[in-house]
Amino acid sequence: MHEYSIVTALLEQCEQHAIANQAGKITKVVIKIGVLSGVEPALLATAFETFKLEGRAREAELEILHQELVLECQACQSTHTIKERSVICPSCHSYETRIIEGEELLLMQLELETDE
Amino acid sequence: MCKDCGCSITRDHSHEHDHHHDHSHDHSHEHDHSHAHGHSHHHDHGTVRSNPQLNDKKTLSVIHKILDKNDHEAAHNRAHFEAHNITAFNLMSSPGSGKTTLLEHLKEYTDLNYGVVEGDLETSRDADRLTAKGIPAFQIQTGSACHLDAFMVHDALHHVDLAPLDICFVENVGNLVCPASYDVGTHYNIVLVSVPEGDDKIEKYPVMFRKADLVLITKADLLQHFDFSVEEARAQVKRLNPEAEVITTSIKDGDSMRAVVEWLNSHRSV
Repeated sequence: MHEYSIVTALLEQCEQHAIANQAGKITKVVIKIGVLSGVEPALLATAFETFKLEGRAREAELEILHQELVLECQACQSTHTIKERSVICPSCHSYETRIIEGEELLLMQLELETDE
Repeated sequence: MCKDCGCSITRDHSHEHDHHHDHSHDHSHEHDHSHAHGHSHHHDHGTVRSNPQLNDKKTLSVIHKILDKNDHEAAHNRAHFEAHNITAFNLMSSPGSGKTTLLEHLKEYTDLNYGVVEGDLETSRDADRLTAKGIPAFQIQTGSACHLDAFMVHDALHHVDLAPLDICFVENVGNLVCPASYDVGTHYNIVLVSVPEGDDKIEKYPVMFRKADLVLITKADLLQHFDFSVEEARAQVKRLNPEAEVITTSIKDGDSMRAVVEWLNSHRSV
Protein backbone atom coordinates (compact mmCIF):
# COMPACT_ATOMS: atom_id res chain seq x y z
CA MET A 1 0.00 0.00 0.00
CA HIS A 2 2.69 2.49 -0.92
CA GLU A 3 -0.02 4.41 -2.80
CA TYR A 4 -0.62 6.34 0.45
CA SER A 5 2.96 7.61 0.54
CA ILE A 6 2.79 8.44 -3.16
CA VAL A 7 -0.38 10.47 -2.68
CA THR A 8 1.22 12.32 0.22
CA ALA A 9 4.14 13.27 -2.04
CA LEU A 10 1.72 14.25 -4.83
CA LEU A 11 -0.40 16.48 -2.59
CA GLU A 12 2.72 18.13 -1.18
CA GLN A 13 3.81 18.96 -4.72
CA CYS A 14 0.36 20.30 -5.65
CA GLU A 15 0.34 22.47 -2.55
CA GLN A 16 3.73 23.95 -3.49
CA HIS A 17 2.58 24.76 -7.01
CA ALA A 18 -0.55 26.41 -5.63
CA ILE A 19 1.48 28.56 -3.24
CA ALA A 20 3.92 29.56 -6.00
CA ASN A 21 0.95 30.66 -8.11
CA GLN A 22 -0.97 32.42 -5.31
CA ALA A 23 -3.84 29.99 -5.76
CA GLY A 24 -6.15 29.34 -2.85
CA LYS A 25 -7.76 26.34 -4.41
CA ILE A 26 -6.79 23.43 -6.62
CA THR A 27 -9.73 22.24 -8.69
CA LYS A 28 -8.13 19.52 -10.75
CA VAL A 29 -5.02 17.35 -10.64
CA VAL A 30 -3.94 15.41 -13.72
CA ILE A 31 -1.40 12.62 -13.28
CA LYS A 32 0.07 10.01 -15.58
CA ILE A 33 0.64 6.45 -14.37
CA GLY A 34 2.59 3.94 -16.41
CA VAL A 35 1.46 0.29 -16.39
CA LEU A 36 4.91 -0.67 -15.11
CA SER A 37 5.18 2.12 -12.55
CA GLY A 38 4.24 -0.23 -9.73
CA VAL A 39 1.25 1.85 -8.74
CA GLU A 40 -2.33 0.65 -8.68
CA PRO A 41 -4.47 3.50 -10.08
CA ALA A 42 -7.64 2.53 -8.17
CA LEU A 43 -5.81 2.47 -4.83
CA LEU A 44 -4.16 5.75 -5.65
CA ALA A 45 -7.51 7.34 -6.45
CA THR A 46 -8.96 6.14 -3.12
CA ALA A 47 -5.93 7.42 -1.25
CA PHE A 48 -6.25 10.78 -3.01
CA GLU A 49 -9.89 11.17 -1.92
CA THR A 50 -8.89 10.47 1.68
CA PHE A 51 -5.79 12.63 1.92
CA LYS A 52 -6.83 15.63 -0.16
CA LEU A 53 -9.28 16.86 2.48
CA GLU A 54 -6.80 18.85 4.50
CA GLY A 55 -5.28 21.22 1.98
CA ARG A 56 -5.93 23.42 -1.01
CA ALA A 57 -6.80 20.34 -3.05
CA ARG A 58 -9.76 19.38 -0.82
CA GLU A 59 -12.25 19.76 -3.67
CA ALA A 60 -9.92 18.74 -6.45
CA GLU A 61 -10.87 16.17 -9.02
CA LEU A 62 -8.18 13.63 -9.85
CA GLU A 63 -7.73 12.63 -13.47
CA ILE A 64 -5.50 9.65 -14.14
CA LEU A 65 -3.97 9.15 -17.58
CA HIS A 66 -3.05 5.50 -18.00
CA GLN A 67 0.10 4.97 -19.97
CA GLU A 68 0.64 1.70 -21.82
CA LEU A 69 4.08 0.26 -22.34
CA VAL A 70 5.87 1.81 -25.33
CA LEU A 71 9.03 0.16 -26.63
CA GLU A 72 11.60 1.55 -28.96
CA CYS A 73 13.66 -1.11 -30.72
CA GLN A 74 17.32 -0.30 -31.31
CA ALA A 75 17.68 -3.17 -33.77
CA CYS A 76 14.86 -2.40 -36.24
CA GLN A 77 14.18 1.22 -35.18
CA SER A 78 10.47 0.55 -34.68
CA THR A 79 8.26 1.81 -31.86
CA HIS A 80 5.45 -0.30 -30.43
CA THR A 81 2.75 0.03 -27.84
CA ILE A 82 2.39 -3.40 -26.29
CA LYS A 83 -0.05 -5.12 -23.94
CA GLU A 84 2.14 -7.86 -22.48
CA ARG A 85 4.80 -7.31 -19.84
CA SER A 86 7.81 -7.92 -22.00
CA VAL A 87 10.54 -5.88 -23.59
CA ILE A 88 10.98 -8.11 -26.63
CA CYS A 89 10.42 -6.25 -29.91
CA PRO A 90 7.21 -7.60 -31.48
CA SER A 91 8.55 -7.02 -35.02
CA CYS A 92 12.08 -8.36 -34.99
CA HIS A 93 12.13 -10.17 -31.60
CA SER A 94 15.22 -8.31 -30.51
CA TYR A 95 15.99 -7.75 -26.81
CA GLU A 96 17.72 -4.51 -27.64
CA THR A 97 14.82 -2.30 -26.76
CA ARG A 98 14.24 0.62 -24.50
CA ILE A 99 11.04 1.39 -22.59
CA ILE A 100 10.24 4.95 -23.57
CA GLU A 101 6.89 5.14 -21.80
CA GLY A 102 5.04 3.02 -19.27
CA GLU A 103 7.23 3.27 -16.17
CA GLU A 104 6.46 6.87 -15.27
CA LEU A 105 4.64 8.40 -12.34
CA LEU A 106 4.10 12.05 -13.23
CA LEU A 107 2.14 15.08 -12.21
CA MET A 108 1.05 16.53 -15.57
CA GLN A 109 -1.33 19.40 -15.00
CA LEU A 110 -3.08 21.41 -12.33
CA GLU A 111 -6.15 23.60 -12.48
CA LEU A 112 -5.98 26.40 -9.97
CA GLU A 113 -8.26 29.12 -8.71
CA THR A 114 -6.33 32.22 -7.82
CA ASP A 115 -6.95 34.41 -4.81
CA GLU A 116 -8.48 37.73 -5.66
CA MET B 1 26.40 20.86 5.05
CA CYS B 2 23.19 18.95 4.91
CA LYS B 3 20.85 21.25 6.76
CA ASP B 4 18.61 18.58 8.19
CA CYS B 5 21.21 16.39 9.73
CA GLY B 6 24.56 18.16 9.52
CA CYS B 7 26.24 15.57 7.34
CA SER B 8 28.83 16.73 4.86
CA ILE B 9 26.75 16.23 1.71
CA THR B 10 24.74 19.18 0.60
CA ARG B 11 21.17 19.02 -0.52
CA ASP B 12 20.30 22.69 -0.54
CA HIS B 13 18.18 23.92 -3.36
CA SER B 14 19.07 26.62 -5.91
CA HIS B 15 22.76 26.71 -6.84
CA GLU B 16 23.89 23.88 -4.64
CA HIS B 17 21.16 21.90 -6.25
CA ASP B 18 22.69 22.20 -9.70
CA HIS B 19 26.01 21.18 -8.37
CA HIS B 20 24.45 18.14 -6.85
CA HIS B 21 23.03 17.11 -10.16
CA ASP B 22 26.36 17.33 -11.88
CA HIS B 23 27.63 15.04 -9.23
CA SER B 24 25.07 12.32 -9.78
CA HIS B 25 25.63 12.78 -13.46
CA ASP B 26 29.20 11.61 -13.12
CA HIS B 27 28.79 8.76 -10.72
CA SER B 28 25.30 7.48 -10.66
CA HIS B 29 24.13 4.81 -13.05
CA GLU B 30 20.72 6.39 -12.87
CA HIS B 31 21.90 9.11 -15.12
CA ASP B 32 18.72 9.56 -17.09
CA HIS B 33 16.81 9.63 -13.92
CA SER B 34 18.67 12.54 -12.37
CA HIS B 35 18.70 14.38 -15.62
CA ALA B 36 14.95 14.18 -16.00
CA HIS B 37 14.70 15.39 -12.46
CA GLY B 38 16.84 18.44 -13.13
CA HIS B 39 14.91 19.15 -16.25
CA SER B 40 11.59 19.08 -14.49
CA HIS B 41 12.73 21.92 -12.31
CA HIS B 42 12.64 24.20 -15.28
CA HIS B 43 8.94 23.54 -15.40
CA ASP B 44 8.55 24.18 -11.74
CA HIS B 45 6.15 27.05 -12.04
CA GLY B 46 4.82 25.79 -15.30
CA THR B 47 3.20 27.60 -18.16
CA VAL B 48 0.16 29.46 -17.04
CA ARG B 49 -2.72 29.88 -19.43
CA SER B 50 -5.69 31.92 -18.43
CA ASN B 51 -8.99 30.32 -19.06
CA PRO B 52 -10.98 32.80 -21.17
CA GLN B 53 -14.34 31.85 -19.60
CA LEU B 54 -13.26 32.11 -16.00
CA ASN B 55 -10.77 34.79 -15.23
CA ASP B 56 -9.79 33.53 -11.84
CA LYS B 57 -9.03 30.00 -13.08
CA LYS B 58 -5.79 28.91 -14.55
CA THR B 59 -4.34 25.72 -15.89
CA LEU B 60 -0.81 24.96 -14.94
CA SER B 61 1.11 22.53 -17.11
CA VAL B 62 3.74 20.79 -15.12
CA ILE B 63 5.64 17.64 -15.86
CA HIS B 64 6.99 16.67 -12.54
CA LYS B 65 7.97 13.28 -11.14
CA ILE B 66 5.72 12.58 -8.19
CA LEU B 67 8.51 10.93 -6.22
CA ASP B 68 10.87 13.77 -7.04
CA LYS B 69 11.74 14.53 -3.42
CA ASN B 70 12.54 10.92 -2.72
CA ASP B 71 14.70 10.73 -5.84
CA HIS B 72 16.55 13.84 -4.80
CA GLU B 73 17.22 12.37 -1.38
CA ALA B 74 18.32 9.12 -3.05
CA ALA B 75 20.91 11.01 -5.10
CA HIS B 76 22.07 12.59 -1.86
CA ASN B 77 22.49 9.14 -0.27
CA ARG B 78 24.43 7.89 -3.30
CA ALA B 79 26.77 10.85 -3.07
CA HIS B 80 27.20 10.07 0.63
CA PHE B 81 28.20 6.47 -0.18
CA GLU B 82 30.51 7.63 -2.94
CA ALA B 83 32.26 10.08 -0.63
CA HIS B 84 33.23 6.99 1.40
CA ASN B 85 34.11 4.87 -1.66
CA ILE B 86 31.25 2.54 -0.88
CA THR B 87 29.12 0.69 -3.42
CA ALA B 88 25.61 0.16 -2.12
CA PHE B 89 23.18 -2.64 -2.96
CA ASN B 90 19.45 -2.70 -2.31
CA LEU B 91 18.24 -6.23 -1.44
CA MET B 92 14.58 -6.84 -2.18
CA SER B 93 12.34 -9.92 -2.04
CA SER B 94 9.28 -11.34 -0.33
CA PRO B 95 9.61 -12.02 3.39
CA GLY B 96 11.52 -15.24 3.98
CA SER B 97 13.41 -15.49 0.68
CA GLY B 98 16.73 -15.51 2.49
CA LYS B 99 18.02 -11.92 2.43
CA THR B 100 19.35 -11.94 5.99
CA THR B 101 20.62 -15.52 5.69
CA LEU B 102 22.56 -14.57 2.58
CA LEU B 103 24.12 -11.61 4.38
CA GLU B 104 24.98 -13.77 7.40
CA HIS B 105 26.87 -16.29 5.27
CA LEU B 106 28.48 -13.99 2.73
CA LYS B 107 31.16 -13.14 5.27
CA GLU B 108 32.66 -16.63 4.98
CA TYR B 109 33.39 -16.03 1.28
CA THR B 110 34.69 -12.48 1.08
CA ASP B 111 37.16 -10.15 2.75
CA LEU B 112 35.10 -7.14 1.73
CA ASN B 113 33.89 -5.19 4.73
CA TYR B 114 30.18 -4.76 4.54
CA GLY B 115 27.52 -3.16 6.65
CA VAL B 116 23.77 -3.51 6.50
CA VAL B 117 20.85 -1.13 6.87
CA GLU B 118 17.90 -3.34 7.82
CA GLY B 119 14.26 -2.54 7.22
CA ASP B 120 11.43 -4.38 8.95
CA LEU B 121 8.02 -3.41 10.27
CA GLU B 122 8.84 -4.58 13.79
CA THR B 123 11.71 -5.99 15.87
CA SER B 124 15.46 -5.66 15.47
CA ARG B 125 15.84 -9.41 15.06
CA ASP B 126 17.56 -9.22 11.67
CA ALA B 127 20.08 -6.60 12.75
CA ASP B 128 20.73 -8.67 15.90
CA ARG B 129 21.40 -11.78 13.78
CA LEU B 130 23.95 -9.88 11.71
CA THR B 131 25.56 -8.14 14.66
CA ALA B 132 26.01 -11.55 16.29
CA LYS B 133 28.10 -12.53 13.26
CA GLY B 134 30.24 -9.41 13.60
CA ILE B 135 28.54 -7.59 10.71
CA PRO B 136 27.74 -3.93 11.48
CA ALA B 137 23.98 -3.49 11.09
CA PHE B 138 21.44 -0.82 11.86
CA GLN B 139 17.75 -1.60 12.09
CA ILE B 140 15.04 0.69 10.77
CA GLN B 141 11.62 -0.16 12.18
CA THR B 142 9.12 1.14 9.69
CA GLY B 143 6.06 0.61 11.90
CA SER B 144 3.49 -0.11 9.25
CA ALA B 145 5.29 1.25 6.19
CA CYS B 146 5.65 -1.41 3.53
CA HIS B 147 8.88 -0.15 2.00
CA LEU B 148 12.01 1.86 2.77
CA ASP B 149 12.38 5.26 1.18
CA ALA B 150 15.46 7.40 0.68
CA PHE B 151 14.70 9.51 3.77
CA MET B 152 14.59 6.49 6.11
CA VAL B 153 17.87 5.20 4.66
CA HIS B 154 19.41 8.65 5.01
CA ASP B 155 18.57 8.74 8.72
CA ALA B 156 19.91 5.23 9.19
CA LEU B 157 23.22 6.11 7.50
CA HIS B 158 23.95 8.52 10.32
CA HIS B 159 24.01 5.57 12.70
CA VAL B 160 26.41 3.48 10.63
CA ASP B 161 30.17 4.00 10.68
CA LEU B 162 30.82 4.07 6.95
CA ALA B 163 34.58 4.65 7.15
CA PRO B 164 35.69 0.98 7.34
CA LEU B 165 33.14 -0.29 4.78
CA ASP B 166 33.70 -1.36 1.19
CA ILE B 167 30.07 -2.10 0.49
CA CYS B 168 26.77 -1.42 2.16
CA PHE B 169 23.60 -3.42 1.79
CA VAL B 170 20.15 -2.00 2.33
CA GLU B 171 17.93 -4.93 3.23
CA ASN B 172 14.50 -3.66 2.28
CA VAL B 173 11.20 -4.62 3.88
CA GLY B 174 10.13 -8.07 2.67
CA ASN B 175 7.65 -7.19 -0.08
CA LEU B 176 7.70 -7.76 -3.84
CA VAL B 177 5.54 -4.73 -4.65
CA CYS B 178 6.11 -1.43 -2.86
CA PRO B 179 9.91 -1.27 -2.52
CA ALA B 180 10.17 -1.38 -6.33
CA SER B 181 8.82 2.18 -6.60
CA TYR B 182 11.41 3.77 -4.33
CA ASP B 183 15.01 4.62 -5.16
CA VAL B 184 16.72 4.41 -1.76
CA GLY B 185 20.05 5.72 -2.99
CA THR B 186 21.91 2.48 -3.61
CA HIS B 187 23.83 1.77 -6.81
CA TYR B 188 22.35 -1.62 -7.71
CA ASN B 189 19.24 -3.65 -6.99
CA ILE B 190 19.45 -7.31 -6.07
CA VAL B 191 16.13 -9.17 -6.10
CA LEU B 192 15.82 -12.60 -4.50
CA VAL B 193 13.27 -15.27 -5.30
CA SER B 194 13.48 -18.52 -3.35
CA VAL B 195 12.71 -21.95 -4.77
CA PRO B 196 9.69 -22.60 -2.47
CA GLU B 197 8.03 -19.39 -3.72
CA GLY B 198 7.78 -20.72 -7.27
CA ASP B 199 9.13 -19.61 -10.64
CA ASP B 200 5.92 -17.72 -11.47
CA LYS B 201 6.77 -14.85 -9.11
CA ILE B 202 8.76 -13.07 -11.79
CA GLU B 203 5.81 -12.86 -14.14
CA LYS B 204 3.46 -11.94 -11.27
CA TYR B 205 5.61 -9.09 -9.96
CA PRO B 206 7.08 -7.61 -13.16
CA VAL B 207 7.83 -4.15 -11.77
CA MET B 208 10.13 -5.56 -9.11
CA PHE B 209 12.03 -7.87 -11.45
CA ARG B 210 12.31 -5.10 -14.01
CA LYS B 211 14.28 -3.11 -11.42
CA ALA B 212 16.78 -5.88 -10.74
CA ASP B 213 20.42 -5.73 -11.77
CA LEU B 214 20.89 -9.18 -10.29
CA VAL B 215 18.28 -11.86 -9.60
CA LEU B 216 19.24 -14.52 -7.07
CA ILE B 217 17.33 -17.78 -7.09
CA THR B 218 17.89 -18.77 -3.46
CA LYS B 219 17.48 -22.04 -1.54
CA ALA B 220 18.56 -23.94 -4.64
CA ASP B 221 19.31 -26.96 -2.46
CA LEU B 222 15.52 -27.42 -2.35
CA LEU B 223 15.12 -27.65 -6.14
CA GLN B 224 14.66 -31.42 -6.01
CA HIS B 225 11.60 -31.00 -3.77
CA PHE B 226 9.77 -28.29 -5.71
CA ASP B 227 8.50 -27.78 -9.25
CA PHE B 228 10.65 -24.72 -9.72
CA SER B 229 12.11 -24.46 -13.21
CA VAL B 230 15.33 -22.43 -13.20
CA GLU B 231 15.14 -22.34 -16.97
CA GLU B 232 11.62 -20.86 -16.90
CA ALA B 233 12.66 -18.31 -14.27
CA ARG B 234 15.62 -17.23 -16.39
CA ALA B 235 13.38 -16.94 -19.48
CA GLN B 236 10.92 -14.75 -17.55
CA VAL B 237 13.67 -12.46 -16.30
CA LYS B 238 15.04 -12.16 -19.82
CA ARG B 239 11.64 -11.18 -21.24
CA LEU B 240 11.31 -8.33 -18.76
CA ASN B 241 14.84 -7.31 -18.11
CA PRO B 242 17.38 -8.77 -20.56
CA GLU B 243 20.33 -7.08 -18.89
CA ALA B 244 19.80 -8.57 -15.44
CA GLU B 245 22.04 -11.42 -14.42
CA VAL B 246 20.58 -14.50 -12.77
CA ILE B 247 22.53 -16.61 -10.27
CA THR B 248 21.21 -19.77 -8.62
CA THR B 249 22.40 -19.87 -5.03
CA SER B 250 22.31 -21.89 -1.87
CA ILE B 251 24.15 -21.08 1.33
CA LYS B 252 25.07 -24.77 1.40
CA ASP B 253 26.88 -24.50 -1.94
CA GLY B 254 30.15 -22.59 -1.61
CA ASP B 255 30.61 -22.21 -5.35
CA SER B 256 27.29 -20.41 -5.70
CA MET B 257 28.20 -18.08 -2.83
CA ARG B 258 31.53 -17.34 -4.51
CA ALA B 259 29.61 -16.49 -7.70
CA VAL B 260 27.64 -13.89 -5.76
CA VAL B 261 30.86 -12.45 -4.30
CA GLU B 262 32.35 -12.31 -7.79
CA TRP B 263 29.31 -10.39 -9.06
CA LEU B 264 29.55 -7.94 -6.15
CA ASN B 265 33.25 -7.41 -6.80
CA SER B 266 32.73 -6.80 -10.50
CA HIS B 267 30.11 -4.18 -9.66
CA ARG B 268 32.17 -2.23 -7.21
CA SER B 269 32.08 0.82 -9.43
CA VAL B 270 33.25 3.42 -6.98
